[in-house]
Amino acid sequence: MTERKPPRSARRRGRLRRRVGPNRLLLLTLAAGSAAAALLWTAFTGFVEPDAALAFGVIIGLGELARITLPGQREIAPVASAGAIGYAFLLRTGGAEVHHSAGQVIAVVAIGLALGELPHIVVGRTPRWGDFARRLFIVVLVAVVFRLLVTRFVPMSGDWWLMLSAMAILVVLACAADSAIAAVLRAERLRTRFTVAFNDELRAQGPIGVAIGASGVLIALATSAMGLAGLLIFTAPLLVTQVAFRRFAEVRLTYLQTVRSLSRVTEVGGYVETGHSRRVNRLAQAVGAELGMREAELLELEYAALMHDIGQLSLRDPIPGGATVLAPPREQRRIAELGSAVIRETGVLDAVAELVRRQCEPFGGDGDDGPPPLGSRIIKVANAFDDLVGESKDRDRFEAVVQRLRMDTDHEYDPTVVDALTRVLRHPATRW
Amino acid sequence: MRSLPVSARFYVSIVILAAAAVMVFGSYDGIDPGTLIVIALLFVSAESIGTLVDKGRTGISPSSAASLAAIVLCGPVGAAVVGFASCLVLRRQSLVKRLFNGAQFALAGYAAGQVFVLLGGEVGVPGQEAFPWIVLPFTVAVLLHAIVNSVLIGTLMWCLGVVRFQRGRRFRWRPLATLELSSAGYGMLGLFIAAIWADAGAFAIVLVLLPLFIARWAFDQCVAEQRAHEATLATLCQAVETKDYYTRGHCMRVSKAAGMIAQELGMHAERVQTIRYGGMLHDVGKLGVPTKVLQKSGRLTEEEFAAIQLHPMRGYEIVREIGFLDDALAAIMHHHERMDGRGYPMGLAGEEIPEAARVVSVADVFDCLTSTRSYRKAWTIEAAVDELRRCVGTQFDGRMVEALVRAIDRDGWTPPEAVEPPEDDAAQVARQDHDDPSVPLRVAGEVGE
Repeated sequence: MTERKPPRSARRRGRLRRRVGPNRLLLLTLAAGSAAAALLWTAFTGFVEPDAALAFGVIIGLGELARITLPGQREIAPVASAGAIGYAFLLRTGGAEVHHSAGQVIAVVAIGLALGELPHIVVGRTPRWGDFARRLFIVVLVAVVFRLLVTRFVPMSGDWWLMLSAMAILVVLACAADSAIAAVLRAERLRTRFTVAFNDELRAQGPIGVAIGASGVLIALATSAMGLAGLLIFTAPLLVTQVAFRRFAEVRLTYLQTVRSLSRVTEVGGYVETGHSRRVNRLAQAVGAELGMREAELLELEYAALMHDIGQLSLRDPIPGGATVLAPPREQRRIAELGSAVIRETGVLDAVAELVRRQCEPFGGDGDDGPPPLGSRIIKVANAFDDLVGESKDRDRFEAVVQRLRMDTDHEYDPTVVDALTRVLRHPATRW
Repeated sequence: MRSLPVSARFYVSIVILAAAAVMVFGSYDGIDPGTLIVIALLFVSAESIGTLVDKGRTGISPSSAASLAAIVLCGPVGAAVVGFASCLVLRRQSLVKRLFNGAQFALAGYAAGQVFVLLGGEVGVPGQEAFPWIVLPFTVAVLLHAIVNSVLIGTLMWCLGVVRFQRGRRFRWRPLATLELSSAGYGMLGLFIAAIWADAGAFAIVLVLLPLFIARWAFDQCVAEQRAHEATLATLCQAVETKDYYTRGHCMRVSKAAGMIAQELGMHAERVQTIRYGGMLHDVGKLGVPTKVLQKSGRLTEEEFAAIQLHPMRGYEIVREIGFLDDALAAIMHHHERMDGRGYPMGLAGEEIPEAARVVSVADVFDCLTSTRSYRKAWTIEAAVDELRRCVGTQFDGRMVEALVRAIDRDGWTPPEAVEPPEDDAAQVARQDHDDPSVPLRVAGEVGE
């Protein structure tokens, strides 16, 4: 027990260092800096139309209070963001022109977000600061561009179409910028490629981003026509959207928890070592991200890695020690086939079943189907590594096991996967 | 049309003719044709997108906001025209159905428009001064719109003989109320679309509908994910059961029976679902009991009996991290408690036992009795019910037993078919079942049980 302690604290230090990657730090600084600058600017130049500022500030605060977490640990606050965009785009309230500056927009949004976040912090649910800073920073961009440029060059009188188009274009650009920033952070966190991360972010946040943008424009428009009542009324459609996404995130989380829990039946039944499935999963995730797998593929990989030993349930007697890597190849194949059959039974996880079925084939493939999918090759390596290392945290042992795997890379293990594993193990910044 | 019964044919014709009469003889004074066409187009395209997005799930369509905006902007006749435009929606539908749907929406729109005008609502883009009084006639109009729609559809269903008035079963008003409330909510948006029509025009409808359609898409994803989750859960439970040939399907049947009991007791849908999960997962901890012990035929030693008694706790440990299971966790942990306090693992008695656990306990034993075991034939449902009743007070809660009996009387119960274990797997057959009250586990050193 005592010998395990030093590596564990070392890992914790590694995790801390990861938290403040350079890009994250840059974003946090930018957001905090612009908020401070905006507050100062507004304090010196004066505060106009306080009632509109108050109404929007309250909506932003409440929206932040009701923030949700999408799958993939993406924290968003749709109502707060839409309110902020609406305030940035606001030109009139009920017919009377408003004159607030970009600085005032940023100041109001920053105060609203901070106040909305306060109760969360008090009860110990600290936000993901990267996401929090991103929410603020996007509004900074939108407000500066719109209030400094667009209002100056687009004529406000008469036809709304020009202004509306400018708003629409700006919203789309903001969505793209948001995804790009999120992707930079994600790539830094998971050590994956930027393009992969960007696509993942677009897919995960695109739909809700569009809804947020549309609502922001709508709020600005409605408040112009109907006064501040429009703000309240046209937040409602977005609220429905938020509920839907929240529900989806809950179901997805439950699904994951179910698979995680039930993958442990093999451990409780004494078929495999305690924690084996989870360790294999963690390692497989890190390697998969390192090899640039998409988020959807990583999810499939997660399910497959968690359930890769489920076929052992059909064995009459557990394999001694549960280490499938030591079992004869035919037995390994049979376990994989049985597990795959169980998973295929669900009718919804065919891709996962395929990954599990081919997890013990050599990397060149051994049938007519060609080489097994990348996920299977990763699980094969991660499983072998964990079976051989066990619960040890000894770096020398890691090295020795990787060496052993490397000796088999001409036939059994995929050399690119083993290389990725080496990088993952060497780098203290990963979850391993 | 030919396949319809006479009454339905007659009824459909009347509705279509009435709608046509409204649109032909109505006055189009003061209706801006541009506005009318734009709204109708938007309504049709929103409906079309809606049907494309919606994968066979009955739900309310947010596009009703567009048709209700027409009441304010174009008056009763305009609303009728917009409503009738719904027969142009892109979907596979026979001509009669299309015409009927269009006519139905047209009549609903016309009636709602008339009420709106009657109560003092002014047709046209409402100005600042119209608020808040315009909300009253509009709300009534939205409600009437919903009522006329339901009545027209309901009558058709009645003509077709799809709906009969059922007695004896309690009417479930909650889902209907939610549906009506949310569609009324969507309808109210129509008023506000009208209010910003002057500034934003058709753009307003697009901006309002965009988040709503995205919401619907997300709800659909949600339903799909939920189904996937349930399928996976069920499969994994069954995988755990492959250990014993005779108990195959046990978890699914217990889940079903527990759900029937919970429903009969009038629990709300979410709780029923959780109790179903509890029933499904109740024996997951059996995996921690060595197969040797489960399949042993003779008397059990104290240690072996203790190992069996541990399975509810083991099950609890496996699934406790699943977030949605609160009630189900209690059911898994306590499904072997007895009302007289002689059960395990904690020896709770009476009301101390969580309600969910009392439900699952009855369902568990009922399924055990009505299925075949290696050492006995399956009991008939009557015999099993008698046995359950005999144990009321000592082992079971009478409320749960009676609820099960009522539910079975009404909906029936299919006991599993007798299973013949395969020859080569003879070793995988249990000689006793820990659930079976008719043949209690025999523990060495105890007299009887």
